[in-house]
Parts: sequence; C-alpha cells; structure tokens
Amino acid sequence: MSLWEYANPKKFMQTSQVLLPYFAVLAAVCLVIGLVWGFFFTTDDYRQGATVKIIYLHVPAAMMAINAWVMMLITSLVWLVRRHHVSALAAKAAAPIGLVMTLIALITGAVWGQPMWGTWWVWDPRLTSFLILFLFYLGYIALWEAVENPDTAADLTSILCLVGSVFALLSRYAVNFWNQGLHQGASLSLDEETNVHNEYYLPLLFCIAGFVLLFVALVLLRTRTEIRSRRIQAIMARERLG
Amino acid sequence: MIALLIRDLRQATRAGGGFGLALAFFLIVTVLVPFGVGPESAVLARIAPGVLWVGALLACLLSLDRIFALDFEDGSLDLLATAPIPMEAVVVIKALAHWLVTGVPLTLAAPALGVLLNLPQGGYGWLVLTLALGTPALSMIGTFGAALTVGLKRGGLLLSLLVLPLYVPTLIFGAEALTRGLASLDNATPLLMLAGITFGVIAILPFAAAAAIRINLR
Amino acid sequence: MSFSISNLACARGGIPVLEGVSFTLEAGQTLLLRGPNGIGKTTLLRTIAGLQPAAHGSITPGADQIAYAAHADGLKATLTVKENLRFWADVFGCDDIEPALVAFNLTELRTRLAHNLSAGQKRRLGLARLLVTGRPIWALDEPTVSLDQESVGLFATAVAAHCRAGGITLIATHIDLGIEAEALDLTQFRADRQSEDHFDEAFL
Repeated sequence: MSLWEYANPKKFMQTSQVLLPYFAVLAAVCLVIGLVWGFFFTTDDYRQGATVKIIYLHVPAAMMAINAWVMMLITSLVWLVRRHHVSALAAKAAAPIGLVMTLIALITGAVWGQPMWGTWWVWDPRLTSFLILFLFYLGYIALWEAVENPDTAADLTSILCLVGSVFALLSRYAVNFWNQGLHQGASLSLDEETNVHNEYYLPLLFCIAGFVLLFVALVLLRTRTEIRSRRIQAIMARERLG
Repeated sequence: MIALLIRDLRQATRAGGGFGLALAFFLIVTVLVPFGVGPESAVLARIAPGVLWVGALLACLLSLDRIFALDFEDGSLDLLATAPIPMEAVVVIKALAHWLVTGVPLTLAAPALGVLLNLPQGGYGWLVLTLALGTPALSMIGTFGAALTVGLKRGGLLLSLLVLPLYVPTLIFGAEALTRGLASLDNATPLLMLAGITFGVIAILPFAAAAAIRINLR
Repeated sequence: MSFSISNLACARGGIPVLEGVSFTLEAGQTLLLRGPNGIGKTTLLRTIAGLQPAAHGSITPGADQIAYAAHADGLKATLTVKENLRFWADVFGCDDIEPALVAFNLTELRTRLAHNLSAGQKRRLGLARLLVTGRPIWALDEPTVSLDQESVGLFATAVAAHCRAGGITLIATHIDLGIEAEALDLTQFRADRQSEDHFDEAFL
C-alpha cells in the first residue's frame, strides 16, 4: 500500500469522504474552544487592552497564509514529477483559501494596527510581505482561470508556483532590507513571540490547531469539488464526441 | 541564434515594430509626475530615484506581450520549436532582444529625464549604473511571464498581474542602490543584490520559460 | 533512410483522436494523409514534428530529422522575402537560399516585404523554407491552400525532386495535388472514445 494510491481520484474521493466530517468537526471544536477562551476568559493586556485578542485570528490566519503556499508548492512539484491529477487540483483548491487567509491576516493586522500605531497601514516589512504574497496568490489564481485546457493550466501554474516561491523569499528579504533602510530604528513591528505569555498562549494553540484543521477540511472539500467538475467535463466531452 | 537576434532587432526597428514606444512612455510618465506632485525642486529631487525606476519598470512592461505573441500568431514559434535551436536559447535571445530594444534606450535616456526631475548632481552615474544592472533582469523576468501567457487570447493584462509581483525585489534593490548612492552612503549591498538577481534570473528563468512555451505549444 | 511509425496514439486537448497508427516509408516515398475534418491530421503531424508528445507508440527517426510546415507560414510582415528566407536558412545552417527562391519562383519578389505579398506568394515563401532546412523528412499540413494551378505544379516538382534525392514526404491534404503517391485514410485509426482505458480515465 503506497501513499500514491490516494492520488487516484476514485481512491481519493472514497477516503476524503470518510475523513472530511472528522476534520470539519474537529476544526469547529478547536476554533470554538480557542476563540471563546481567548476572547472571554483571558485578561486584557496591560499595554494593549482588549485589542490584543485580535491575535487569535491574526496569527493563525497569517500562518495558514504561508502554509497554504507551501502546500501549493509541494503539490505542484508532485504534479510536475509524478503527474497525479489530484495533486494539481489540490493546489488549485488551496489557492483561494490561502488568498482569503492572507486577506484576513492583512485586515486583522490593519484593525490591530489602528489603535496601536495610530494608523491603518504602515509599510512594515511584515505587512508589506503579506501584501506581496496576496499579489502572488492573485496572479496564480488568475492564471488557473485564464487557461482553458486543465492539464496545460496545471503545468503552467506549477511552474509559476515554483518560480513565485523563489521570488517570494527574495521579496521578503528585499522588503526587510528596504524598510530598515528607510526608517531606521522606527520599526513598529510587533514581535508576537516575545509578547505572548502563557495566559494567551494556550488558547492561541487551540486557534492555530483549529485553523489548520479548517484549512485541511476546506482543501478536501474544494478538491472534491474540483474532481467532480473535472469528471463532468470528461463526461461531457465524451458525450459530445461519442 | 545570431540570426534570431538580428531578425528580432530588424523587426523592432521597422515600421510598426514598437521601437521607441517604451522610451516615449518613459518620457510621458516622468513628465506627468511633476504635474501630480507639484513643481517644487526639493520634492522632485527627493522622489526622482523612485520615479525614474518605477517609470523604467512600467516602460519595460509595456512591450512584454509582444515578445512571443507575434511569433505565436504567425506560426514562427511552432517552427522555431522544431528548429535545431534549443528553446532555452530562443528564450535568452528573445530576452536579449527585448533588453536591447527597451532596456538599453531607457538606461541611456534616464539621465535626461533625471534633469527634468531635478535629480541631484552625482546621482547620474548611479542612475545609469543601477538601470544598466537591473533592466536585464526586468527583461528576463518579463520574458518568463510572456512565455507563461503566450497561448492566451487576452494575455496582456494577466501578464502584468503575473510579472509585477516578480519585479518587486529588482525594484527595491535598484531604487535603494540609487538612493543610497545619491546620499553618498555605502550601497554595495543593494548593488550586489541587484547584480545577483540579474545573473540569477538569467541562469534559471530560461529553463522555466522554455518549459512554459513547450507546454503552451502542445 | 526510412521513416516509421508504430502503434502511435495521439490526443488533442486531452482527448484521444487517433490510435494504433502504424506505417513505414522508405526513402523517396510520399504519403498522402486523408480523412474528414477533425479526424486528427494536424494533431498527427504536430506529434510527428515533436510539438506534442505521443500518448503511446513510437516514431523513428526523431523530430530533428523532420521539417514541419503548418497552416501558418511563420513569415514576418516587415521583413523582405529574402530576409525571411535567409533567417530560416541561418537557423538551419544552410548557406545558399537561391535554389529555394528559384524552385518556388520567388527570385523577382526577393526584395519585396512579406507584408505586400499575396496569400499564394506567402504560401510559396513558406514552402521554400522547407528547401533550406536540409531535413530529409517533410511533414506538411495542407501545403497547397491558396496556391494557383501553376504554383501547385511548382510544389509537386519540389516534392518530386526531394523524393528523388532520397527524401520522404508526408502530406495531409484534401486537394488532388497531381502527385503520384499512396494515400492513407486516417478514419480507420479513429480512437475509440467509449473504451474505459483512456480519456481522463481516472475521472470517469
């Protein structure tokens, strides 16, 4: 029994049908525990007040925004090397989720930044990197939409994902360099890790787990939809050509 | 391979080849900026490096979709793919032709436009140097984007969407090197990074672009 | 020199069109590919030319021996006839373009821009390109579209000369070219799309 058997659409559909409800329920449980605990049963921060609680959405969303891209990178590589259709479709399915996660991270970041820094947006290296990541997601999704032949689209987007990953890392470095160059010492970046102590840490772990599970559940769901739509296309093409 | 370069250059310089279009665009962008931000010399001098770099970048972007689309439409790309030149070499030649037709004129014209924007004395050398180092990367990255979108009917807009995020590091290091050079600060790091990006993309992207073209011709 | 295809299957846009295509041509032979529109003549020729991978089967020799001519001639409108041909000659490492110009009666047009050529003249220039490739196997897709009677004659002469020199020619066409050649009807190789073992099989 090799892992690759799950790359067969039929096998994938069977397995994911069983797994999907578990992931969905676990995600809901983790999120409810984490968010309720985090929002209502932790004290306000002495410096930031209740605003600090945005952390429960902001940090997990930001993590998933990056993890979704990493997942797309891996599945794209699998598609290029092993030509498993499910892999390409999983990458396609993950992209809009990653896009939304990036958007959540950006918006919660702005909402958090407003009372803290007195402005909705600063060209902080971290925020700027996420903005660039957002653009990468947009381009990737647009390329999927633009190419008609699904295999061609999968190939081209995989190449874009590979090249894009290199440039995303490069941009991250460049942005760090750029901002440090312009606003020396005036960095407003909030380093979460040093701020968070135990009281906030445990609910945050639940939230992160919840977001991971939610992401997996959504990717499974969307991949199933993509497989079904490919199946419909295949059936329709066969009918047409008979 | 030289034949391909000569053909592309010849085409670009004949009627309707689009030679000079990028240059005119660059000029118009730089002329429009003072209308937008006001004529104060001090302000213009401060933003000149960034405006010149962004203007050059946008001018480069303008002609990207011509790189492969014309050859795709008239069937030359099919024939080139069956010719005894590796597709990787075709990509490099195409990028080189694009650079010679847009990047080089932009670099040479930039000082004149710098005068319009009150670019401080002593910045002109850096301006030419950073553009000369950076524009090859812009052409190569753009050629990769053009290769991705070659088979698409309305690829132009998508091409910009794909290529612009990829331009970010080049722009940052290019403009930063220029700004620091102007302020007489040490700009070795951004200059080296800029050169690194240029050589890196020339080494790697031809393979990605050639793969994309083969996929698109399939 | 021989050219053989065995048990070739090819697909267009992920949908199989032809399967089990097999034939062998010896030096000097010409084969006309026939069949109704959409049967896959262009797809077969593109596969032979190496532009798309075969789903199955083998082609010998490989694409580096094959000169392919498609519907589009690959001409640059702003270059002259001579410049266009010179370019392809340089790409394929051929020194002398005069024989090609003569064979397709283009000598008087050599300084004219491709933009100002008629459709038939463009086609002749596109076909002249075959002579400068120096490749032994020609794979031609509807080569005589928009050619007048006289030009079709020029084309037939060029094909005959190519074959006499030991070349092999494959022509997909509907039109009677006045060339003595075997014809192969591709209808018999139409892919069976109802069979379970291809056609996005994993998705059905």
